[in-house]
Amino acid sequence: MRRGRPAPGAVRKWGFIASFLAVPLAVYIIFFVSPNLQALQLALTNSRGISPDFEYVGLDNFTRLLDDDAFWAAVRHHGLILLVMPLVTIVIALFFSFLLNLGGGQKNGQLRGVWGSAFYKVVFFFPQVLAVVIVGVLFQAILNPQKTGILNSVLGLFGVDPVGWLINPDLALWTLMGVMVWQGVGFYVVLFSAGMAGVPKEVFEAAALDGANRFTLFFKITLPLVWNTVQVGWVYLGIAAFDAFALVQVLSVDRGGPDNSTTVLPLEIFRQTFTYYKFGYASAMGVALVFLVLTFAALTLRVTRRERIEY
Amino acid sequence: MTITPRDITRRQLLARVGLTALVAGPFLSACATGGGGSEAAAPSAAPTTGGASASANNPFNVQASTPLEVVIFKGGYSDEYATQSHEPLYVKAYPGATIKHQGIQTIGQTLTPRFAAGDVPDVVNNSGTDNLDGGALINAGQLLDLTPLFEAPSVDDPTKKVKDVIVPGTIESGLGGDPAKPYTLNYVYTAYGLWYDAKLFEKEGWTPPKTFDEFKTFAEAAKAKDIVPFGYAGKNAAYYAYWMILISAAKIGGNKVLLDIDNLADNAWNNDSVKQAAAAWAEIGKYMDKAYEGLIHTEVQTQQNQGKVAFYPSGSWLEAEQAKDTPAGFEYGMVPTPSVTAADQMPYEAIRAAAAEGFVVPSKAKNAAGGLEYLRQMLSKQGARDFTEKTKSLTVVIGATEGLTLSPGLTSVAAAQTAAGTNVVTFSSFEGWYKELETELRKQTNALMFGRISAEEFATKMQEAADKTKADSSIVKQNRAV
Repeated sequence: MRRGRPAPGAVRKWGFIASFLAVPLAVYIIFFVSPNLQALQLALTNSRGISPDFEYVGLDNFTRLLDDDAFWAAVRHHGLILLVMPLVTIVIALFFSFLLNLGGGQKNGQLRGVWGSAFYKVVFFFPQVLAVVIVGVLFQAILNPQKTGILNSVLGLFGVDPVGWLINPDLALWTLMGVMVWQGVGFYVVLFSAGMAGVPKEVFEAAALDGANRFTLFFKITLPLVWNTVQVGWVYLGIAAFDAFALVQVLSVDRGGPDNSTTVLPLEIFRQTFTYYKFGYASAMGVALVFLVLTFAALTLRVTRRERIEY
Repeated sequence: MTITPRDITRRQLLARVGLTALVAGPFLSACATGGGGSEAAAPSAAPTTGGASASANNPFNVQASTPLEVVIFKGGYSDEYATQSHEPLYVKAYPGATIKHQGIQTIGQTLTPRFAAGDVPDVVNNSGTDNLDGGALINAGQLLDLTPLFEAPSVDDPTKKVKDVIVPGTIESGLGGDPAKPYTLNYVYTAYGLWYDAKLFEKEGWTPPKTFDEFKTFAEAAKAKDIVPFGYAGKNAAYYAYWMILISAAKIGGNKVLLDIDNLADNAWNNDSVKQAAAAWAEIGKYMDKAYEGLIHTEVQTQQNQGKVAFYPSGSWLEAEQAKDTPAGFEYGMVPTPSVTAADQMPYEAIRAAAAEGFVVPSKAKNAAGGLEYLRQMLSKQGARDFTEKTKSLTVVIGATEGLTLSPGLTSVAAAQTAAGTNVVTFSSFEGWYKELETELRKQTNALMFGRISAEEFATKMQEAADKTKADSSIVKQNRAV
């Protein structure tokens, strides 16, 4: 009997750990794991979401995805956003955070940011504080296609004709990416600043003493040292590239238009759910989206893997 | 009716042997046989309706003690008509009744989980962009057949049934399912046409065009005055424009064109009437400001109020919706859409008129009897008159505007209604039946009206979408003969 009972010390130790883990684990299972599993289950049914009765239809919903134009349009858009938006955001954010932290030259042998960096840091973070929908509403006024729209009236001063930022099918998605970049840059400036602050100042000073210019300082010293942070930022932004729901919903013509030119998967899922009441099919789209995001995250972490530099 | 001890004993006895439904009057008997194969639909209403037997004043055996939950779409009509008129009328008829009221805009997103869970309100005003899919609800057995309501005595004159005090066609407009049954009460009489500022036209010496040739001449005249002749909002109201195209198609080829579209008949969209109508409207679309594709309906409506847009396509709710923004000296008027050809099947005077603004009673409502009674109270003259007064919109109740002074816009709607007589363009059921098709139509309408595709391509693309809908086995098909 005594052998079967764990030692009192072990009980205390594991009980202690379990008591800490139980609540977060339960919350995670109830609010994350179980809805995802349920979506997977629903994806195999013809549920309309308004009655508890439904039938299992196997992989029908997934084969249906294959010839759904709107689905593929959305996937293409995610691909384009994924190629452009994270790259542009990271480049701009790195540029700004370098200027804010190290770009101001030396004073008393110490590298500093440009004049007024503390103020700029706060300003850059503003868009992050606003809810996405509010950003959308702001840009509704900014991107208004009439000549009275904020951006168009500024361009009008230079004699430029009103631009249909969101109504030109060839331009609309680029405009939306611009808004995403505007909204995202602030957060990554702060993130990269934190990354740069974590690098010992002596490294930069040594480089500066050796006569490295700002260009060399950035590419040879700063970038390699904050690479881990950039990698994290890349994954965050990549995942954001698979969302874009709120902006498209608020800003685009006819929710995803004109002519499907701005539609994204979350919007199509929303439409299948709340306009067509095809909960089963919508769940199949959701499952497809989850796999896209997971594939992206796994690939990114694999490709960008590097030796960590120890200071 | 007074309840004697004997009554109670008998009721208790019947309840114990599970026969409550036998004494529950016309509502329950209709419900038990009218469930349309949905087993879950009938029984839940039983506990609330097992009270005193039916009378002309209380045909559904409403118990004042059972609370009533009403959900109203708080859109163009707001919800004051419910809180200040219909709900008080209900309470007046059943003193002590408590009403839980909810006025919201996202009917679909808010109520879908409640339908899934079986915890539903008793009356739902299913309206707005984000409304519930009526067809899906009917197929899932979630809605109550409203036949007992239409067969019940009316509030004002118990010798007349409810169906006899409302505009003909109202019940038909709410049919759904297979076999078709009236699941929706469409409460508002809505006429659709072109809206303009009568004062502006008077000042400029313009008369509304009766043919598309005149429309083009007018468009040039308006353009010369720096006024956009016709405009709609592409961002969220493309359907205002496709209504106009469908109306014109029906005027050219008769209502059969629209019936074929609803019934997904082969080549319904390739019909010449559809192509001619699309081409005629695309011509007018060329005069539109391209920027309108990026605006929402209220923005374009406000521009009309500012005298920048001459004609705006809409329904008879427009005047009330814009009441706050309409400047003094602006006088709304509505005219029919111009004739496309000289050989049109319907005259210029024909208008699209339909009962709209649906009200439904969920079959699993806890107080379904109260829900039906609430609708019956709405259809009283008092309820209808209050609605017209508050919303500046006509109801389907006959003769309910007696003694009311109508606004200029509503007066012109009434005049158009008289002029049209029996030349009524039918409503399009596919808008509610086949949302996939409707979504595609919005998209292609914008593409047509803003000049990205031709009328021919418009017809082809819509036909493809209709064929796709027809071939999709997951979409339940519906049919209409009239």
